Parts: sequence; C-alpha cells; structure tokens
Amino acid sequence: MVGRMKQSMKGSLHIRNGRIVDPSRERDGVGDLLILDGVIQPDGTAVPAGVETLDAGGYVVVPGLIDMHVHLRDPGGRGKESIASGTAAAANGGFTSVVCMPNTNPVADNGGILAYIQRESAKSGVVRVFPTGAMTVGLQGEQMTQIGELKGEGAVALTDDGRCIQNNELMRRVVQYAKHFGLPVLDHCEDYDLAAKGVVNEGYWSTVLGLPGISPMAEDLIVARDILFAKQCDWDVHIQHISTAGAVEMVRQARKAGIRITAEATPHHIALRDEDIRDYDSNFKMNPPLRTDADRQAVIDGIADGTITILATDHAPHAKHEKQVEFGCAPFGILGLETAVPVYFDLLYKSGRMPLSAVVKALTQAPAELLRLEVGTLQAGRPGDVTILDLEREVEIDPEASLSKSRNTPFGGWRLQGDAVATIVGGDLVMNRMAGDRFLAPGS
Amino acid sequence: MVEAEADQIERVKWTRPHLLGLEELSAQEIMTILQTARSFKGVLGREIKKVPALRGRTVVNFFMEPSTRTRTSFELAAKRLSADVMSISGSASSIVKGETLRDTAQNIEALQVDMLVIRHSEAGAPHFLAKFLNASIINAGDGSHEHPTQGLLDLYTIWEKRGSLDGLHVAILGDILFSRVARSDIWGLKKLGAKVTVCGPPTLIPPGIERLGVEVTHELGDIVPHADVINLLRIQHERQKAILFPSVGEYARFFGLTSERLKDAKKDVIIMHPGPVNRGVELASELADGPNSVILDQVTNGLAVRMAVMFLLNRARMGGEDELD
Repeated sequence: MVGRMKQSMKGSLHIRNGRIVDPSRERDGVGDLLILDGVIQPDGTAVPAGVETLDAGGYVVVPGLIDMHVHLRDPGGRGKESIASGTAAAANGGFTSVVCMPNTNPVADNGGILAYIQRESAKSGVVRVFPTGAMTVGLQGEQMTQIGELKGEGAVALTDDGRCIQNNELMRRVVQYAKHFGLPVLDHCEDYDLAAKGVVNEGYWSTVLGLPGISPMAEDLIVARDILFAKQCDWDVHIQHISTAGAVEMVRQARKAGIRITAEATPHHIALRDEDIRDYDSNFKMNPPLRTDADRQAVIDGIADGTITILATDHAPHAKHEKQVEFGCAPFGILGLETAVPVYFDLLYKSGRMPLSAVVKALTQAPAELLRLEVGTLQAGRPGDVTILDLEREVEIDPEASLSKSRNTPFGGWRLQGDAVATIVGGDLVMNRMAGDRFLAPGS
Repeated sequence: MVEAEADQIERVKWTRPHLLGLEELSAQEIMTILQTARSFKGVLGREIKKVPALRGRTVVNFFMEPSTRTRTSFELAAKRLSADVMSISGSASSIVKGETLRDTAQNIEALQVDMLVIRHSEAGAPHFLAKFLNASIINAGDGSHEHPTQGLLDLYTIWEKRGSLDGLHVAILGDILFSRVARSDIWGLKKLGAKVTVCGPPTLIPPGIERLGVEVTHELGDIVPHADVINLLRIQHERQKAILFPSVGEYARFFGLTSERLKDAKKDVIIMHPGPVNRGVELASELADGPNSVILDQVTNGLAVRMAVMFLLNRARMGGEDELD
C-alpha cells in the first residue's frame, strides 16, 4: 500500500523492537523510536495513549532515505511522471525525500517555477520534495540565473543537470556566486566536444555495436575543471552520477587535499556495464553511459573507501513510446526510485563490500549534510522520517508493478536481496508491505 | 574453384528468420549461404535468369538512407526469385512526418509483407524491428554496425577466386571507425579462418578493434607485401570527419593504394572495394580497372548472395525442405 494510511493519531507513531541504524548518531542497536506530531522524540519519552504501534521486530529502522537526484518531470512532462506519481514511486522504493532536477518545461530557472513545485508537492506529494534551481537561464549555459531568488523559493542546490555549462568562466563564476548564497553546485560533467554525438561508452562495445561512443574523457575533463573551481572558490561542488575510473581517482585525490568536492553514484553504474547493452535495448541507454567493468569496479571501490559519499538514482522516467525507437534516437535515462534499495543493499552490503551503516549513511546523512537538510537523521527534534528495511527479503523486480508513470528500467526480472518494507514521512506511514506483499506491489 | 576445400566446412540447415549480422552466424551457416549463392550464380548465367522460389511473396526494400547499389541489387535479387518487390526510400516515407520507425514498419507489415530489407542510419534499427515484426528482416546496413550481405559477397568473391579463406591474409584499408562493411567483413573472415589486418590513420581505427582478433597497423608498407586480399573502404571527408584527418589529398598520399605501393604486393593479390570508389583517393584509378581488381565481380556476386539469403530466409519461414540444387 502506498499513500496516507489510516492512523489513529496523524503524525505520531511508535516503532518498536527494530534494529535502529542511525549513522548520524553512530547508533546500531535494537530499540524503540517514538514520533509525535511529526517530530522524533528523545529516548525515554512517555508514549501518550492512542499512539499507534508498529512492530519492527526483525527489521532495520533507518532515517528516511534521501534520493538527491530525481527527475519528476513536473511541470511539462506529466506524460512521463508527475510530482504525485514520482513521489508515490519514491515512497514505494523507501525514499522519504527526493531532490528534483530543474530540467522541467518550463525550466526551474526562476522563483515562479520553484513556487509551483513547492505548492504542487504540498498538495500531491507523498514524500518530501526539495527542488533545485538551474544555474543558467533555460539550461542554455549562457546566462546565470537569479540565484538569490531561487534560494528564496526554497532551492536546496543549483544544477544544470542533463546539460553541462561549457563556458568555463561562467561555471567558475556560478560556483563563486553560489557560495555567497550558501547553495551547493551539482554538476552533470560532460564536455560536449568529446562526447560528440555519442550514445554509449566509447570502447570495444561501441566498436562492436557500431554506435557512436562517448569518451570517458568527456566526463573526466569536466570533473578536473570542477575540482579546480571547488578549490579556488573553497565551495561545495558535487559531481553527479560519477561513472569513470578516472573521475573517481581525481575526486579521491582532491578530497585527500581537502577540496570541497563530493560525488554521487547511481545504481546502474554499479550494477551494469557497457557489454550489457544487448540487442540495442534502449533501457540501457543513459547519460553518462554504462561504462566498462573496470569503471564499474572503480565506482564501487570509490563508494567503499568514502571517495563517493552519496548514493542517488538519477530517476529519469520516459514514456514507452519515447523509448521504443532506434537506440540512437531514444532519450537518455532510466527509472531508479523503486529499484535502488534492492540494488544498493544487495551489491554493496549483502555482498560483504560495506558495513550496513556506511550504505545507510550514503542514502541519509551524507546528502542531508551536503544540502543542509534537517532530515537524514533520527536525532530527537528532527522530522519523523523513517525507512524500514527487510534485508533478508528476496525481491524480483517487475517493471509493470511500478508506481511511476513510466516503465524504462533495465532491471526487470532481476532477483535481489533487501528491500524497503515501510516508508514513514513526518510520522505518517505512507508505504507498508511489512506483512509481506510482493515487491513493487501496485498501490492501493 | 577448388570445390573439395570449399566444402570442408559442412553445410547446415538454415533456420534463422532474419539476417541481422554476421557476428551471430556460425562458419557453417555462412558456408550454407555461400554454397546456396553458388547455385544462384549458375542461374544468373542462364538465358532465363529467373526462378520461382519466392513467387507470391512480397519483399519491401525499406531504405532510410540513400543507396543506389545495394537497393538495386536487392530489388533485382527479389525479382530474379519471382517475388513482388517494392522500394520505399527515406525521403518518400512518412518518417519525415514524425511517425516512429515502429509505426511505419508495422504499417508496412500490415500490408502482408513477407520480407523487409532495411537500410538505416542508426545501428540496431533492424534488431529493433525484428523484436516485433513477423516479417523476415534483412539488414542492408545499419549505421556503423553491420552490412551482412556486403560481408557475404566479399567472402563469396574471395572464396570463388581462391577456393578457401582458411589461412588467407586479408587487409582492410581505410575508414574502419565508421564502416559497417569492415565489421561484417571482420566477423565473417575470422570465422572462415582468414587472418585480418586493418590499416588506416589512427583516428579512423575504432578502440578495442584488436579484441575482434585483427591486427592493426597504420603503415601501408607493413601490410601490402603480405596481403592475399586488399579490401579498400570508401573515404568520406565530410561532417565530423573533418577533425579526423586533414584532407583527401593527404589521405591519398599516406593511406591510399597506388601502383607504386602495389609493386611490393603479391602478384596475384585480389583488390576489392564495396563501391562507390573515390578514384585517386583510397584507390588509384588504374588499379580499380586493373587485372587484380574484382570490383565488378563483387557486384555480380552481390546479386547471387542476396538471392541466396532471401531464398534461405523464406524457406526457414515456410518450414520447407525443398533443395534448390
């Protein structure tokens, strides 16, 4: 079930006997968690009469997960997704907060569009929506947006995601100016000349498939540039959907040198490789493209050693008819919200690669700190956002059961271990399949 | 023709509904096509050049990219097999009106078409159609991916001249990066036991090509003296290629095949070209017309190979067993 459920006291819930893993307080142990009026209460607070109890025995209770890279397509793309459907998919996948990208139509490059997103989210959002604003007007890479105004309407960061500012001087000035307003800069790193008209990673598989390649250097070059700007401006520049071994290594060295650079990974870049683009299936087409197995391993290594601190999805819905075209003509991007938890927890935690708390941190505390959000922690006084995980549950991914309006996932049929079984936003249960509904069960 | 050697690779029953590329074919399947093509080449030598194998069948040539040679060859091959054939070209089709390839193809198929020959600028377009159409799909060239019938006619031409491809050294010269012919040739030649070297400026050699089992060189002098076959690819200096090499003049000087360079070659070296030839660029004019050139044989063989492909696909579709010869 997804959506507001009947609760005896709105915004209040007593979660009992779960294994509470809260990296922000370095906590890992069985206990109870009380949320009253949407706010997390200190341990030992008396439970008022009438507060509903949720038995989380055998489950893992973590701060509500945050996906800091989501395309809600609203306004302008409601055929693919809307704030209502995208946030329902988020709840279904265990996310209590999504950070939405500004490449809507019209572009979120002014206060009016951000105000619309805020209003629509308050009305139809199932989970919290934090909007970002564009860095340049119309994502054209030519003129800086009114960053102060965007901040005033609630932008939590600036990004031209999907596009990349090619003018290095403009980018440098955006970072410098954004610092004054305290907004981190998120960059989609792609040099257009090097990427040319590429649609897959440049290498053996682009050669065999006869598809134009995108050199990994198209990403590396911009990551190198961004590191220079982060250093000079001493400000937060964040590398979105990092995908190459070269970029991971540069970020590693820059972080060692104390430069304010962060990076996020996506589920597909740690689960899939260019060689998986079988039979020209456009559900394997995204930007940056699936890279080689060495790149995939480098991204996983980067997550494990703390170079890449954030796990996001780049949830990018596209309608069936848009994807059912020649590979080269299909739009870039795939769904992510409902498959991220199984992919991440199976590949990073169940595989023995990382401790549980580290995976949870990259989905909660780390994005919250970068974006200065109050959520991402179970500290008393903070919003009552909680995700409950069943790390033993086997799931088989069924694209047709998605709550997104789109179906563009390459993970259909994958069997993975670990799933979100309940999503709680501000003390309200918005998704619950603890009783054992199948993964991705359709909403009520 | 040394038939004993030619038939060393056993023929198999052809079961595929489509011909999308040579990558997925076995050596046996390739030889089955070549041997079938040999029978059709015999038909082409007769006074009446027509057989009834595809009588009542409908073949559509769906060419979304300009082509004269390949389209004509397919059209004539279908006619020689007594099929009803029509051609649709990119500019005349509804694609320009914004209809998707899927819709256009399904509309064509709704007219009860049995076979769709497709040429498309996007790699994988024939594979995409094969997922939802019932008609047999023949890839007549998809982007920089494959051009299987060109690969087959190249193989046939070498086989016809030499009796076997096993152990022959084949040089492929020119724009390997964008060439679907190069890829189909490489798959086919390697499967039939040939040694392959690709040669061209470093900027026209795609990454990872060695993993296909070919050698790479950028010096014509390294390969010309050792080659049994030299296959030249058409050089186009346009669009994005302006940043890959400076001019056709410089190309001709360093990477073109000239009479001077051919002096070091084996006397009986076979010179091939898929056409149309840029005389004086990748290939000197006198060599194109010289005794080593088999360029026009390739064109004739293309007809026989395409008849063989259509015949085999149709037979697999009908589940028939009738042998041609």
